[in-house]
Amino acid sequence: MNVIYFIFQQTMFFSIPLMIVALGGMFSERSGIINIALEGIMTMGAFTSILFLNLTGGKMSGQSQLLLAIVISMVTGGVFSLFHAYAAINMKADQTISGTALNMFAPAFAIFVARIIQGVQQIQFTNTFRIDSVPVLGSIPVIGPLFFKNTYITTFIGVGILIISTIVLYRTKFGLRLRACGEHPQAADAAGINVYHMQYAGVIISGMLGGLGGLVFVVPTSTNFNATVSGYGFLALAVLIFGQWKPVKIMWASLFFGLTKAIAASYSGIAFLSNLGIPSYLFKMIPYIATLVVLIFTSRNSQAPRAEGIPYDKGAR
Amino acid sequence: MKNKKQIDFSGALSSIFAILIGLLVGLIVLLLCNSKQAVPGFMMILTGSLTHGLKGIGQVFYYATPIILTGLSVGFAFKTGLFNIGASGQFIVGGFGAVFVGIMCKNLGGVHWIVALAASVVFGAVWGFVPGFLKAHFNVNEVIASIMMNYIGMYAVNWTVKGYKPLFNNLRNESNTVAVTAQIPKMGFDKIFPGSSVNGGFLIAIVVIILIYLLLNKTTFGYELKAVGFNKDASKYAGINEKKSIILSMTIAGAISGLAGGLLYLAGTGKHIEIVDTLASEGFSGISVALLGVCHPIGILFAGIFIAYLTAGGFYLQLFEFSTEIIDIIIAVIIYFSAFALIVKTMIAKTRQRKEIKKEQEGGKKA
Repeated sequence: MNVIYFIFQQTMFFSIPLMIVALGGMFSERSGIINIALEGIMTMGAFTSILFLNLTGGKMSGQSQLLLAIVISMVTGGVFSLFHAYAAINMKADQTISGTALNMFAPAFAIFVARIIQGVQQIQFTNTFRIDSVPVLGSIPVIGPLFFKNTYITTFIGVGILIISTIVLYRTKFGLRLRACGEHPQAADAAGINVYHMQYAGVIISGMLGGLGGLVFVVPTSTNFNATVSGYGFLALAVLIFGQWKPVKIMWASLFFGLTKAIAASYSGIAFLSNLGIPSYLFKMIPYIATLVVLIFTSRNSQAPRAEGIPYDKGAR
Repeated sequence: MKNKKQIDFSGALSSIFAILIGLLVGLIVLLLCNSKQAVPGFMMILTGSLTHGLKGIGQVFYYATPIILTGLSVGFAFKTGLFNIGASGQFIVGGFGAVFVGIMCKNLGGVHWIVALAASVVFGAVWGFVPGFLKAHFNVNEVIASIMMNYIGMYAVNWTVKGYKPLFNNLRNESNTVAVTAQIPKMGFDKIFPGSSVNGGFLIAIVVIILIYLLLNKTTFGYELKAVGFNKDASKYAGINEKKSIILSMTIAGAISGLAGGLLYLAGTGKHIEIVDTLASEGFSGISVALLGVCHPIGILFAGIFIAYLTAGGFYLQLFEFSTEIIDIIIAVIIYFSAFALIVKTMIAKTRQRKEIKKEQEGGKKA
C-alpha cells in the first residue's frame, strides 16, 4: 500500500505542472491562437519566481513565501505572453515563429540576467514548502495519504485551476465567446464579440498559467533553477493535443503521462519493479512510447479548434 | 514573372529589417549592462568571427553545416504544411547511425565515410517516417508525435551507445571516436581555410540545399508535396495521393536532419555523442534557421551561415565579460521581428501603390 501512496504522490509532482500548463495552452488555442511558446513562458515564470525565492530566502519561508512566488510567476508569464499576443493578434504574424522566438529568448534571458545578478546561472533556493501532512485531512485513511500527505500547496491550486477552467470554459459567457473565436471568429465578430479582446484574454491566461506551471514544476523536483524546464512546455503541448483541447481530458492525459513518468523516476526504489530486470532506459522511454501508442488509438476523431493558427482578419470571408 | 520577383525581394527586405532590429536590441542590452564595454563588445559580435582571418571563416562554415541541414529539414516540412519539431531526434538518431557504421565497419576502406553518411540518412529517415506514417494513417498530430520521437530517439541512442561496449568510451561518458576512414574528406577546404574544422560536409550541405530547391520548384513530385501542404482535401480531389505525400515529406525531412547528425559526428573534430539526457540543440536551432530563411532553401543557407557567424563572434564576447547568451537573445529578437514579415510586406506594397497612383496622377495632369 505504501508503494501505491508513494507512486501517487510522485505522479502528482509530474502531472500537476503539466496539467496547469496544458490548461493554459487550452485557453489560448480555444481562442484561436497557437501557443507554442509555453516552454519559454514556463522558463520565464520559473526564473523570476525562483529568483524571488532565492532573494527572500532566510528573510521569509514557508507557504506565504511560496504564495508570493506564485503571484510573481503568474504576472511574469502573463506579461511575457503579451509579446506573443501582440505579434499574433495585432501584427498577424505567423504564430509558430513568434512562439519559437519566445522559446529561444527565455532561457538566454534567464541565464544572462542570473549571471549579472549573482555571477552563476544556477539559482539556488531552499525548499521549505513541503507539507508533511495536512491537519485533520491527512489522517483520513486511504484518502489522507493519497492526497494530503507529502504534498505541496501547488497541487491543490492545480486542482482548483482545473475546476475553475472547466466552469469558465463551459458555463460562462466568457467561455462561450472564447470558444466561438477559436471556431469561427468572423461569426463571433458578427455576433458583436470583440475577437481581438477575447484572443488577448486567451493568450494572457495561457501566459499566467504557463508561468505558474514553471514554478510548480521546479519546486518539488529540484533545489535550483538552471534556466530550463526540461521540455515540459512541449510536453504540455502534447498533453493539450492528447487531451483534445478539453479540460477533463487534459487532466486524464497529464495523469497518464505523469504516472508513467513517476514510475520511470522512482522504479529503482520499488522492489517488484526493479526485480523485473528492465533496463532503466526502457523505463525512461515508456512515457513517450505509451503516449504515442495511446494517440494511435485516440487520434482518429481529433478535432482542433477550427480557426486555430489563422490570424483573424476582419475583412476576410 | 515580374510579380514573383517582387515577393522574393520584400521577403529578404523584411528579414534584413528584422536583423537590424535584433542587433539594435543587442546593443541596447549591452549598453544597459556595461556602457563602457558595450561598443567594443558589440563590434566583437559583428566582426569576432573574422579575427582569425580565413580560419575564422572556416569555423563559421563548420558551425553552419549541421544547422543549415536541420533548418532545411524544418523548412522543407513547413513548405509541405507540416511542422517538423522532431529534427532534434532525427539528428541524434542519424548521428548514431553514422557513428555506429564509423566504428563497427572498419574494413570498408575508401567508401567507409559514404556508407556511414548513408546510414545517417536512413536512420534519420526512419525517425521522420514514423510521425509521417502516424499522421497519414491514424491522424496523429505530427507535432506531438515528433516531440515523443525526440525523447524516444535520445534515450534509445544513449541506451545503445552506453550498453554496447565497442561504441562506448567509459572514461568520458561519450561515444568512441570513429575510424579515420569514416571521417568526411576535407575536399580541399583545409587548404582554403587552413587550421579550421570545416570539411567536405559543408559542400554536401550545399548540394542537398540545391537538390531540395530543385525538388520543390522544378518537379511534379515537389509540386504535389506543396499542394498537399496548401490544401489536403483539394489535393486529394485533384488525384494526389495525400497520404503518400505526407509520409514522404516527413521521411525526407527526417533524412535531411539525420544527414546533419552524420556530418557533425563524422567531421573528425573530436565531436562525440555525449550521454546526457537533453535533446540535441541543433534541432531547435534548425527551427530558427528555417524561420529566418523564410523556409526557402537558399534563404536557409544564408540564415544558417548568418546564425553561425553571430554565434562564432559571440564566443569572443567573454573577453568583455559578457555572457554569450546575448547572441541567443539577439537571434530570438530577430526571429520575433521576422514574424512581422506580413506587415513589412504590406507596408512595401502600400508605398509602391502610392507611388504608382502618384505617377498616374502626374501622368494624368500632363495629359
